[in-house]
Amino acid sequence: MHEILQYISSYLTSDKTPGVAGNMFWAFVYIMLVFLGLSVAVIAMNWLERKILAHMQVRLGPMRVGPHGLLQPIADAIKLLLKEDIMPAEADGFVFWMAPLIVVLAAFTVFVVVPFGPTHAITDMNIGILFMLGVSSLSVLGIVMAGWASNSHYPLIGALRSSAQMVSYEVAMGLAVVSAILMTSLNSEGTGTLSMIGIVQAQMAQGEWFIFKFFPLGLVAFFIFAVAMVAETNRAPFDLAEAESELTAGFHTEYSGFRWSLFFLAEYSAMIAVSSIAVTLWLGGWLRPFPNWLSGSPSDQIFSFFPGVTFLFFAAICFFNTVRMPKHPLFRIQTIGLAGFGVVLGLIGLVMFYPPVSVRVQDIFWFSAKVAGFMYLYIWYRGTFPRYRFDQLMQMGWKVLLPMGLGVLILTAGVALLQEKIWHL
Amino acid sequence: MLHITTLHYLVLGAALFLLGVIGVLTRRNVVIVLMSIELILNAVNLNLVAFSRMWGGLHGQVFAIFVITDAAAEAAVGLGILIAFFRNKETVNIDEVNLLKW
Amino acid sequence: MLIGGIAVITRKNPVHSALALIITLLAQASLYLMLYAPFVAGVQIILYAGGIMVLFLFVIMLVSIDRSIRERQFNSQWIVGIIAATALGGLFIAVYAKGSSIFPQHVLPAVENDNTQKIATMLYGQYMFAFEIASLLLLVAIIGAVVMAKKRI
Repeated sequence: MHEILQYISSYLTSDKTPGVAGNMFWAFVYIMLVFLGLSVAVIAMNWLERKILAHMQVRLGPMRVGPHGLLQPIADAIKLLLKEDIMPAEADGFVFWMAPLIVVLAAFTVFVVVPFGPTHAITDMNIGILFMLGVSSLSVLGIVMAGWASNSHYPLIGALRSSAQMVSYEVAMGLAVVSAILMTSLNSEGTGTLSMIGIVQAQMAQGEWFIFKFFPLGLVAFFIFAVAMVAETNRAPFDLAEAESELTAGFHTEYSGFRWSLFFLAEYSAMIAVSSIAVTLWLGGWLRPFPNWLSGSPSDQIFSFFPGVTFLFFAAICFFNTVRMPKHPLFRIQTIGLAGFGVVLGLIGLVMFYPPVSVRVQDIFWFSAKVAGFMYLYIWYRGTFPRYRFDQLMQMGWKVLLPMGLGVLILTAGVALLQEKIWHL
Repeated sequence: MLHITTLHYLVLGAALFLLGVIGVLTRRNVVIVLMSIELILNAVNLNLVAFSRMWGGLHGQVFAIFVITDAAAEAAVGLGILIAFFRNKETVNIDEVNLLKW
Repeated sequence: MLIGGIAVITRKNPVHSALALIITLLAQASLYLMLYAPFVAGVQIILYAGGIMVLFLFVIMLVSIDRSIRERQFNSQWIVGIIAATALGGLFIAVYAKGSSIFPQHVLPAVENDNTQKIATMLYGQYMFAFEIASLLLLVAIIGAVVMAKKRI
């Protein structure tokens, strides 16, 4: 019994991720935490998307279900779970069943190597970024299978278009990723690393986020990746394959109920996954702004207040809206609900001020804040840009992004070589 | 507890190779023949990487990467030939590739 | 992995065969991980399972298979094929039974953190020529595939 406890608590004092340290129990705990966090994030994304899109379109969005529509995602989930599960008669049963499974598996397995902190990842593979790119390309297979198994025109065309688009933009993504990896090798030994935690540590060691490195090369590489990742996840403005006005929902037309919600879950998880790749590679991962320049005790203290302050800010917004709720007896439950939600957020914020918690939560908070910024960008793109036509889409992927990616790669390699030769003469 | 030695990997590679050869020699559908060729190449890769582990150097793994690249190229060309053939004959049956039969 | 391989060569529906091949490839990637070759495993997942199999699935869908599912699935020379494969299998068994003593008894465990770096050093150093030739080969394959599949040259 004592050694089991020792085994369990030995991780808390180590400085490696649970996978590297070989600690199965903590790896399992982390997996459960990541799964939970991801589910909460997808639910929050659903609500945020509808609210933010609505406010961008000068309307209010869901307001009825909970206070300001906060319980809307739960209502959606219940509806999807209770819907009838239809399978087309001529469809290939086994493939029809497997397709959403493969897409969800691919989207969730990617999170094994996502680094929320220097030791806050499930594991730190030697080939972290390669693994992430590879597994996210397995979701293309699932989409092709989904379109094929539905045995009708619209899903088939949608699936073929969607997979062609995803495969094309994977090339541009890969080139942008390679030029970021190139920048990790500019240290004293001359060796870079493919592991996600190593990339962020390289950014810390070199003192600047890779988006600002060799200006404007890091920025262009980031831009290429940002465009390619939106195309990769089939989101606006590249959502021809699943646009309602074009193809009646594309490859998931014939799916209903729970299977459709699996696709939906996989889409949002893939969005979060590629955003975390972008954050890790270019935006410094879990590092707070200015980790090297403004280091030392007072700046650390100030930056350590950010998580708590953020949650208190959200709680303040909740209370402000509680006061502004209509004073009608029918709204009483909603007002109480909103006030309760504000109290919960405030309590979480206060907990984050407590020093042991705030030390642990720092990295996760900064990483999540950056990924949340990317999510907001996704929703912003959906509300602002018109849709690309399919040939324009493919043209942009192959004729614009690919040469740009190659150019950035060659220029980055050249500038890195020059820096080595000139500065270390 | 059974130790997994190099021999186990080699036997598995040989079994895969055998399956691929059976697939190439007996199936009618050209696409499945091409997929069996991919099985053969995978078996060879497994052998290479197993030997690379046995000897400790990384030459086998580098060779395996080249084999994967070659397999991609050859799959692309093979499927191109298949499409060109299908356009003429409207079938994916190998038995009907008999234009040179006398 | 063996189940996947058997499924590849025995399924009537080519889409099922392709799925079985994907399972085989993923199982192979995990075998590479067991052999301490993470980079090859990563390359296998990206290229083979994520690239080549998508290509195969595209072509299977382009080529109409409704007729071919209902046809016989083993070709006209299957007897000779089975005999040849049996001979090959016998050869393998003979070789491995005789030579099983020259292989070491354990797979040497060694956790390396810089597998990728070592492979890269070798690829760009010792095997640089092969690397360039491989890129040329891919170029030729691209041109070949495009020319083959065009409707009018």
